[in-house]
Amino acid sequence: MIRIEPRQTQSRAFAVGVPILSAVIALAFAAIPLLAAGANPIQAYGEMYKGVFGSVFAFSEVLTRATPLIFTGLAAALAFRAKLWNIGAEGQLYLGAMAAVAIGSGVLDVPGLLLLPLIVVLGAAAGAAGMVAPTYLKTRFGADEVVTTLLLNFIILIFVQMMLEGPLQDPMSLGWPQSAPILDQGMLPPLIERMRVHSGLILALILAGLAQFMLARSVWGFRLRAVGENAAAARHAGINVKRSLFGVAILSGGVAGLAGVSEVAGLKGYLTSDLSPGFGYTGIVVAMLAGLSPAGVVIAALFIASVFVGADSMSRAMGVSSFLADLVVSVSLLCVLVGSFFARYRVVRASTTRAAS
Amino acid sequence: MKDSTVLKLNGLSKRFGPVIANDNVSLTLNKGEVLALLGENGAGKTTLMNMLFGHYLPDSGTIEVADDSGFLHPLPLGHPQVALAAGVGMVHQHFTLAENISALDNITLGSEPLFAVRRNRRAARRRIESIMAQSGLNAPLDLPVGRLSVGERQRIEILKALYRQARVLVLDEPTAVLTPQEADALFENIRMMTNEGLSVIFISHKLREVLAFSDRIAVLRHGRKVGEMATSDADEKSIARLMVGAETPELASSRMAPGAPVLTLSGISVTGRSKRDTLNELNLTVHAHEILGIAGVSGNGQSGLANVISGTTEPEQGLIKVNETNIGAPNPTAMVRAGVGRIPEDRHREGIVGAMSVAENMIIERLDDPDVQSRGLLRREAIQDNAERLAKAYDVRGPGVDAPARLLSGGNIQKLILARVFERSPSLILANQPTRGLDMGAAAEVGRRLLEARARGAGVVLISEDLDEILGLADRIMVIRDGELHEAPSRDREQIGLMMAGEPA
Repeated sequence: MIRIEPRQTQSRAFAVGVPILSAVIALAFAAIPLLAAGANPIQAYGEMYKGVFGSVFAFSEVLTRATPLIFTGLAAALAFRAKLWNIGAEGQLYLGAMAAVAIGSGVLDVPGLLLLPLIVVLGAAAGAAGMVAPTYLKTRFGADEVVTTLLLNFIILIFVQMMLEGPLQDPMSLGWPQSAPILDQGMLPPLIERMRVHSGLILALILAGLAQFMLARSVWGFRLRAVGENAAAARHAGINVKRSLFGVAILSGGVAGLAGVSEVAGLKGYLTSDLSPGFGYTGIVVAMLAGLSPAGVVIAALFIASVFVGADSMSRAMGVSSFLADLVVSVSLLCVLVGSFFARYRVVRASTTRAAS
Repeated sequence: MKDSTVLKLNGLSKRFGPVIANDNVSLTLNKGEVLALLGENGAGKTTLMNMLFGHYLPDSGTIEVADDSGFLHPLPLGHPQVALAAGVGMVHQHFTLAENISALDNITLGSEPLFAVRRNRRAARRRIESIMAQSGLNAPLDLPVGRLSVGERQRIEILKALYRQARVLVLDEPTAVLTPQEADALFENIRMMTNEGLSVIFISHKLREVLAFSDRIAVLRHGRKVGEMATSDADEKSIARLMVGAETPELASSRMAPGAPVLTLSGISVTGRSKRDTLNELNLTVHAHEILGIAGVSGNGQSGLANVISGTTEPEQGLIKVNETNIGAPNPTAMVRAGVGRIPEDRHREGIVGAMSVAENMIIERLDDPDVQSRGLLRREAIQDNAERLAKAYDVRGPGVDAPARLLSGGNIQKLILARVFERSPSLILANQPTRGLDMGAAAEVGRRLLEARARGAGVVLISEDLDEILGLADRIMVIRDGELHEAPSRDREQIGLMMAGEPA
C-alpha cells in the first residue's frame, strides 16, 4: 500500500528547484504540440530565444510585458501569504486604470509636476477600494473571498465598458469606446528612447524590493506571516487578525491597481476595455511560480513574459499558433503545484500492518 | 446465555512516543453481556477500543474473537475490515456518517460490492426494518442524515454495525451527546439487543448510568486495568476511588500564605458553541502565592474558562479584574499587558506558529515592545539574542532558534511557551492542560516552573483533567461542571471524583 506523509523538513533545494524544473518540463511538453503542428521544436525554441534575447528591442519588449505581471504577481503573493485569496487583481487593475484616466485626462486642473504622483496614488487607492467589500464580507460574515473577488472582476469590467461609453468616453474617439488620453505630463516616462519599456518597471521593482524587505524585517510582515501560517495562534498571541487581513487586502488591491496605472500611463495612454489580456489572472500563476516570495515574483514575471513574447515571435517566424505560450504557462503552473505537493509530502510504501499512530 | 466468552483481549499494550496509553490490559466479554469500561479522560479507554477495532496496532498483546458457533479465533491486528468481518462493530463518539445521503444509504454504505451492477435496496430495507423491530432502534431511513437529530444519528450508527452482523458492539461515550431521555431509550434498546445475544462494551465516565445499565465494570486508570467487578457488587464510592486512585499524592511543596487577589471573575457568562465553552455565571478568585486547580471531566466549560482568562472570548456578562483593575474590553493583548501569562491547551494550534522560527515564536506576544522592534522594524539581533538566552535558560532543545518551531518535539514546544510566558514575570498564569502528552521529565519541569512562579508571588489557574496533577500542585481545588465552578470542600479524591461525575458530594 502507498501512504502519503508530511515531510519533516522542507529543503531549500526543493523551494528553488521545483519552479525551475517546472519551467523546463513545461517547455519540454510544449514540443509535443509543436511536432503535431509540423514544426521542428529545436528550430522553434531557437526562434523563441531570438524573440527574447535576440536584440535590445526584443528584451525591452519582455520587460514591458513583465511590468504589469510584477504588479499583479505581487498583489497575489502578498495576499496569499496571509491566506487571503485575492483572485480579483484583474478587476482591481481596471479600477486603477480607470482612476488614472479619469484624473489624467485633464478633468482636474493640477500643476504639471503633481499630476503623475496624483495618478499613481489615486490609481492605487482605486484598486485598494476594490478589496474593501470582499474583505469586509469575509471577516464579518465568512463569505469566501475567492468567490467575491472573482465575481467582482466581471462586475468591474462591465462597469468599465459602461464608463467608456459614457462619462469617460473620449469626445474625439468617433464613437469608439475608449477614454480620453492622459496628458503628457501625466505619463510615466519611457526608459529607453523609441522603445516601449517605461518607468512603471522601476516602480514595480521598487515595490517588489520593498515588499521583500517588509515581509522579512518589519513587524507588519511578521504579523502578516503569523496570520497566514496559523491564524488561531496569531489571535491567541494578541495579533489583530482582522486588521492584518484588511491591511494586506488594501495593499494587495493597491498594487493591482498600480498595474492598471502602469499600463495606461506607461504604455497605452488611454483606456479601452481590452487593456489587460488577463494580467490579473496570470499574476496568480506568477505568484505561485515564485513561491509567494516578492523577489521570486520578479523572476517568475520575467519568465512568463519571455514565454509570451518569445512565442509571439516564434509564431510569426514559423507559422504556428501563439497559443503555445498559454500552454507553457499553464503546464508550468501545474508542475509547480505538483512539485510543491512533493516538497511538502512524500510518498512511502507501507505495509498495512504498520499502524497509523 | 451469559456463559460463553465472545471476546478476549490478552495483555494489550500501546505507547505513543513517551506516553503509555495502555499497559498490559486484559479483558473478557461474555455473550449477552454489557461491560462498562470506566476511566478518567486519558485513562486509555478509547485507545484500547481502537486497538480492538484495528485502528491502532498494539505494541504487544493479542485479541481473540468468537465465531458464529462460539469458538475463539485470534484476530489479525491492525485491520478494521477484518475486525468488522469478525463481528466487531464500533460506534465512535464522533459519528462517521455522510450527512448528505439518506440513512438507508449510510447503513448499507461500504457493505456492498463495489462493482455490483445494481443495488438491491428493497432487500436491504427489509433487513434493516427487521433489525429495527428486533432492537427497538427506530429512525427514519429516507431522510438525509444531516436532517436527523443526534439521537437518531446514533441509532443509525448502531444499525450500521448491526447490519454488518456485529456480535460485539463497542459504544464510545454513547450518552455524551444525548439528552437524559434519549439516553434512557438507548439503554432500553441495548437491553433488548443483549437479550438477542449481542454483547456490548460501553465506554463512559458517568457513574450513575454505569451502575444502572451494565452487568460488569472494568476500570482503567493511567492505561492500566485497576479493577473489575460485577455491577451488583459495586457502589459509587468504590468505583470513584478506583477511577481516580487510592492515595492522595503529597503536595509538591508546602502551602504559602495567599496574598492579594490577582484575578477575580464575577458572574461570567458565555454562550459557546457547545458545552465545552459555555459558562454560567461563574465566579472565581485567585490570590498571589496560590495555585488554584480546576478539576473536571473534559468538556464541562474548561475551554470557555480558559478562553475568558486568555482574552480570546469576550464574556456576555460579568466582570474580569486582574490585579484589582477592571479589564474593560478583554482581548489577548489587554490580558497580556495586564500581566496574564497564558499556556494554551492546544500548543500546536494556539501556542505556536509552526512555520515561523523558534526565535519569532518567543516574541510573538510582545511585538510592540521596544526591545523587539524600533519604528516598525524587527530588531533581529535583539530577537536572536533573546531566543538564544531563553533557549538556554529553559532548556529548549531542537535544531536551533532559527529553525521552524514545528520541528521541535511536544515537550520542547511547551518549554518554548513556558519561556515566553515566564520571562515576563506574569502576576497571573493560566495553565490549561499544561502537561498533556508530555513525558515525565517535561511534565515535572512544568510543575517546577509553576511552583517557582507561585513562590515569586504569582497566582496560577491550573486547569487539568488529571486529578493527580491538581492534587500534587494546587493549594485550592475547584470542580467545573456544566459551566459552573464549585469549591471542593476537601482534598479527598473520592469526593472530588463524585463532584466531577455530577453526584451530590
